[in-house]
Amino acid sequence: MTTLDYREDLRGQRDRDPGAALLRVENLRVSFAGVEVVKGVSFTARAGGCLAIVGESGSGKSVTARTLVGLTGAGSRVSADRIELAGTDLLNTSERAWRGVRGSRIGFVLQDALVSLDPLRRVGHEVAEPLRLHGWGTRAGRSAKAVELLDSVGVPEPEVKAQQRPYELSGGLRQRALIASAIALAPPLLIADEPTTALDVTVQAQVLDLLAASKERGTSIILISHDLSVVARMADEVAVMRDGEIVEHGPVERVLRDPRHEYTRRLLDAIPSEHTRGTNLTRPAARTRRPAETDQPVLQGRNLAKVFRGPDKADRRVVDDVSFELYGGETLGVVGESGSGKTTLARLALAILPATEGEVLLDGEPWSALSPARRRPLRRRIGVVYQDPLSSFDPRWTVGRVLADALATGDRPPSSKAEARERSIRLLEQVGLGERHLGAAPLRLSGGQRQRVAIARALAPQPAILVCDEPASALDVSVQAQVLDLLTDLQDELGVSYLFISHDLGVIHHMSDRILVMKDGRVVEHGTAADVFERPQHPYTRRLLTAVPRLGSA
Amino acid sequence: MSALSWPLRARAWAWRDRLPSLGTTLSLLVVGFVVIAAIAPALLTDRSPTAIDLTSTLLPPSWQHPFGTDDAGRDLLTRVIYGSRLSLGIGIGATALAFLIATVLGFAAALSGGAVDAVITRVIEVAFAFPALLLGLLVITIRGPSLATEIIAVGIGSAPGYARMVRGQVLAVRQAGFMEAAAALGHRRLPIWRRHLFPNAMRPLVAVVTLGIGQSIVWASGLSFLGLGVPPPSPEWGALLDAGRLHITTSWWLEILPGLVIVLVALSVTALGRTLQNRLGGASR
Repeated sequence: MTTLDYREDLRGQRDRDPGAALLRVENLRVSFAGVEVVKGVSFTARAGGCLAIVGESGSGKSVTARTLVGLTGAGSRVSADRIELAGTDLLNTSERAWRGVRGSRIGFVLQDALVSLDPLRRVGHEVAEPLRLHGWGTRAGRSAKAVELLDSVGVPEPEVKAQQRPYELSGGLRQRALIASAIALAPPLLIADEPTTALDVTVQAQVLDLLAASKERGTSIILISHDLSVVARMADEVAVMRDGEIVEHGPVERVLRDPRHEYTRRLLDAIPSEHTRGTNLTRPAARTRRPAETDQPVLQGRNLAKVFRGPDKADRRVVDDVSFELYGGETLGVVGESGSGKTTLARLALAILPATEGEVLLDGEPWSALSPARRRPLRRRIGVVYQDPLSSFDPRWTVGRVLADALATGDRPPSSKAEARERSIRLLEQVGLGERHLGAAPLRLSGGQRQRVAIARALAPQPAILVCDEPASALDVSVQAQVLDLLTDLQDELGVSYLFISHDLGVIHHMSDRILVMKDGRVVEHGTAADVFERPQHPYTRRLLTAVPRLGSA
Repeated sequence: MSALSWPLRARAWAWRDRLPSLGTTLSLLVVGFVVIAAIAPALLTDRSPTAIDLTSTLLPPSWQHPFGTDDAGRDLLTRVIYGSRLSLGIGIGATALAFLIATVLGFAAALSGGAVDAVITRVIEVAFAFPALLLGLLVITIRGPSLATEIIAVGIGSAPGYARMVRGQVLAVRQAGFMEAAAALGHRRLPIWRRHLFPNAMRPLVAVVTLGIGQSIVWASGLSFLGLGVPPPSPEWGALLDAGRLHITTSWWLEILPGLVIVLVALSVTALGRTLQNRLGGASR
């Protein structure tokens, strides 16, 4: 279980000398339109070392990273006592001089490779771009070098991939291409802004290995991340940022084992894992699980299959022979990497997508086999919470209208506007919001608040089942902890069953009574949470479990 | 500061702080002037657009006649002012007609899908590839020149482009998460279309409508200039150009000044449309 305990990751690093200081930043301040978002931050990055800047969104960590490459953007004001890269002052650098620094002396890896790569240009071109900008070699020489770079970051068939366009590559390959481009000129400093956040765990491990290898060769890395387990694996030093200030700074081992600042401790506690099962993440209270109430599954899938026809006319079985039972008051976790068919399974369970084979039963009665008209009155029994709550709200509607609309679909629709309002307020209170949020547009709420509204909407018709498709994956860890706690509390209170889908093993372990592990549309393993996590049978499950960077002692 | 309030606040500042630019202000002035001229031309001039004065024909611009006079001694500025009701009316009418056709075709294509979509889309594409002027000529040949014909001709001519936009919008909004969320709540299809699909698909097109009015004014003037629009005694702007054509070598103002008015109005309407488009963050396809 703890093969990838961070203590092991740290072992090799303890006796290494701290490298020479490469980048010194002192008292950096950045403000936008008079609001200071980085408030006097100082740190040093060393050759062959990795400094991690962690914090939740809005903490100023990304702004700090962008400032270091001179990309703070229009309308910003940057001041500092010192920003120095190997003796060169970067503070008063002109835009023209910045262009000489970026790429050659500082490499920058962004979070989302699909957005960062020009969709119309071949990957090889994109990788060779910094070489061209800095006048490196001839055209032919650069293409050869691009292939070589792609090869060096572990892209299979680099000659073929160099000819393809970004959208033809998987997320992991795109991220590697981006890293290849960032290290093309072997810059002494590499800044990586959430380089693995969008990736599956196994791919994430490969990308981290790549960064580690580059560090071994003497590159200094500044890693921006909200994910403490990634930080544990990569970093030598950690700076924890909150509201534009560094609240804690020190060697990674000390900060993660013995956090001194209360905020760091909260961040560490909020990470769901096997250690937190049956507890609340935000409050220390243990929860009492209610046992399954009946022998009759509330939702049951029988040999479900979904076939999509691809553009090449070839059939792809996205879901293949999947069966499951969900009992009253329990949580069935579905875990797998992206493309494993989890979301398709959720949509089959909701009968929003017709199954190619098999059927879904609701309360032991036909559900997916019904005609849409006969199914509609039963929809109130089964609700859904999506990963991206914002897109699931009509942008023109207020929270109050969203909830009133959902209440009207229940079997006891409100008879008057006043009743709808009163019941909407009660729903909001149930999810930890209140009357003041009724008039708000979802766009104006924070990510956590939006997901709370989405949960309130799903609960409005008083369903017996909620299908939760990555309900907390887009949220910061402390907000994620609150949302997961809310779901747990609601289950205790209302006895709702959850079909809970996530790619995050820690979250799945924390939430689920029983687990399905999916790979390529098939269930490769199922069992109780304890069985799957402690005695994994299938090699894929084992690989998934070992690929997760862990904190070890949470 | 929470992360998600960030861009929103920035946007709120932008709305409050960004006063209309000089270009927008001038455009507003021009359009405002033309709208007043269209609604109440008598407020702007006390002359009559049809008062013939054979003692003062083809006078060049002066304090008395800022735009000069035409071959029947009518004051050109007065005629331009009285013509704005016609020109603006044709512009708005034609755009409204074009959007009506486009909405029906676009929604029908996007919502039916399959073979029906393929047929409608092909028809739209053929019509789009067809020069709008020829489409207009076809309508005029069938109906003969008149005000209504001109509106129909310009409306039909510009409908295919908008129809493609409407179809694209509907297809995009149909994929939106809130459509599925509404279906998952158990709502029927028609209410979902009415409450979510239609307003969300049409909202970004508001700015495009404004842009379309400017374009329609220019096209309508073109048709009138060719003698295919409102017949000459009328002070419609294109018709003024047509009437002045005979004297182009001796009396430049008959062509240049109404021409400049058309350009200025079309530019202003287009500039306002762009501003609107930027502010609404709508589609620019």
